[in-house]
Amino acid sequence: MSGTILGISAFYHDSAAAILTDGEIIAAAQEERFTRKKHDSSFPVHAIEYVLEASGTSFNNLEAIAFYDKPFIKFERLIETYHSFVPRGLRSFLSAIPVWVKEKIFMKKLIRDELQKFGTARPRLLFPEHHLSHAASAFYPSGFEEAAILTLDGVGEWATSTICHGEHKQIRIIEEMHFPHSPGLLYSAFTYYCGFRVNSGEYKLMGLAPYGDPESGRKEELKKKILDQLLDLRPDGSLLLNMKYFSFATGLRMCHDRKWTGLFGFPPRKPESELSQEYMDLALAVQEILEEIVFRLSKKAKELTGSETLVMAGGVALNSVANGKLLQSGMFKDIWIQPAAGDAGGAIGAALAAWHIWKGQERPPITEPDAMKGSFLGPAFSDHQILSVARKYEAPFIHYPHYSELCQTVAEKLSQGDVVGWFQGRMEFGPRALGNRSILGDARDPDMQKKMNLMIKFREGFRPFAPTVLEEDIQEYFDLDRPSPYMLLVVPVRKERLKSLPPGYHQLPLREKLYFIRSDVPGITHIDYSARVQSVNKNSNARYWELINEFKKITGYGVVINTSFNVRGEPIVCTPEDAYRCFMKTEMDYLVMGDYLFDKKKQKKLFDQGDIDEIGLD
Amino acid sequence: MEFLRDLWDFLHTRKKYWMLPLIIILIIFAVLIIFSSGSAIAPFIYTIF
Repeated sequence: MSGTILGISAFYHDSAAAILTDGEIIAAAQEERFTRKKHDSSFPVHAIEYVLEASGTSFNNLEAIAFYDKPFIKFERLIETYHSFVPRGLRSFLSAIPVWVKEKIFMKKLIRDELQKFGTARPRLLFPEHHLSHAASAFYPSGFEEAAILTLDGVGEWATSTICHGEHKQIRIIEEMHFPHSPGLLYSAFTYYCGFRVNSGEYKLMGLAPYGDPESGRKEELKKKILDQLLDLRPDGSLLLNMKYFSFATGLRMCHDRKWTGLFGFPPRKPESELSQEYMDLALAVQEILEEIVFRLSKKAKELTGSETLVMAGGVALNSVANGKLLQSGMFKDIWIQPAAGDAGGAIGAALAAWHIWKGQERPPITEPDAMKGSFLGPAFSDHQILSVARKYEAPFIHYPHYSELCQTVAEKLSQGDVVGWFQGRMEFGPRALGNRSILGDARDPDMQKKMNLMIKFREGFRPFAPTVLEEDIQEYFDLDRPSPYMLLVVPVRKERLKSLPPGYHQLPLREKLYFIRSDVPGITHIDYSARVQSVNKNSNARYWELINEFKKITGYGVVINTSFNVRGEPIVCTPEDAYRCFMKTEMDYLVMGDYLFDKKKQKKLFDQGDIDEIGLD
Repeated sequence: MEFLRDLWDFLHTRKKYWMLPLIIILIIFAVLIIFSSGSAIAPFIYTIF
């Protein structure tokens, strides 16, 4: 019997599959990358196909399959919730229950039916709890022998947050916070109120928060209203939401618009409408409250476990601003966050829980900083596949047989203000592009943020960009004393690099604030002088490191802008064809795939303006 | 059969026996709705509801 375990997350959002062989994470991918539907929740057929192929294991040889939650307990939560709120929630009941009694309650059969196409075997099907899957995804790959574990998201079965303790191969769940009292759903309610999409727009709310005026009376007033009326935040970080104001438990919306309007004095923002100062202040108020919740829960986790190290997962763990502040508080000696902290990462966690808890297998020694392999767990493509795309689209290119020459050329183009699509090796697992499916630009260029937001990503102008910095140069640019390989920490840009703010800066209109030059690396310095840092290590991604090092030789700066290789509303590119089409849809200047350089000026037109105008919202 | 065994294990472990009649009724409804769409038992269902 092989020691290969397949992990699956599906049917809610961000479906994914992952595979382990003898406890080693071999491959993982999100279904959206193959189907090109953002946050695709369908059964991850393509992702399973890929991970099986990458592991060299046939389906019939799998030892077990682990699904990332317990459907029966989820159903129990739905029934009990409707029961406790009755007669409210009838509409929601009528829309949710038919799907459950027709399909989801028969999850085992549903999964087995879907898996029939891969083989005839019936490997053991396991259902670790949702938050145990998150906890396992955070602890086992972390490289810590022992750690406090904090998981936070919207909701799993009942749990919305857990504090666990991981020791060697065991995870002990110590405390749980239960639905409907959820830090994730609280943040999602404000995401909705500020006009962004729930389950995907939370990072926009986080990006909007620094535009709030920290010195204004309004922000403090909003914060007080939230803490007085919307929730009861306890000293240990647990919270009780005042369900008079929230409708997610029984309704089809997150909150009661009328009551919130009465409380805050302004209505919910219409999606895509102009962003006014009150929404920025509201975003800042709720961001500060979320940080307080994370801080208090972490403190409680430390008290309960006595641990000096913390690991985190769950969608809220993608709040890199809260993560950065927690790290800088010095509460823990070290913090590790699962790069695929959302539900996709549950696939890895479920498989790891099956291996270490169900199978009782010891953790293998970790020689790298962690067991995630830089999160480069997705498919790679050969030169042959890149060339066949070039032939299909009759795309002229230059081939560089020596990588150093390619690096030199690309670094020069970046230093001249060109924007480059960078497609190399295995695709990243998780929401961040970490240098294999990235769009790169010059962080020194004051116009780069505007250019990349509006002409390349077609997204809101206020959205900040993140830097990739050479690991050895982190401290030259940022107040950070350790690597940050997964772009999950927001930290201050070093004081020496900053330019002082003009008087009355916080009262300036958004656009004036946005394009004020704040540092000598304005492309990545957010409005509050912070940056969401990714560091690159020579060993973990040699090609990317070499490119930035070449850029440093030319400019003296070992830092570039790194944003995910996609346009608004689309998942990050997976194949060379996705990359080429995305390149042709945008105003990117160059595309590099493997050792091949494509110059936009020499390409044939592929899309009309109409196709570009059709780029969807996210 | 596997479903019924799993369902029983769940109700037993979680001590949620009160959910059993509810789940049975919901599933019966679901089955009736599925079969009533264009099947021979449709007239039978219409006489009940």
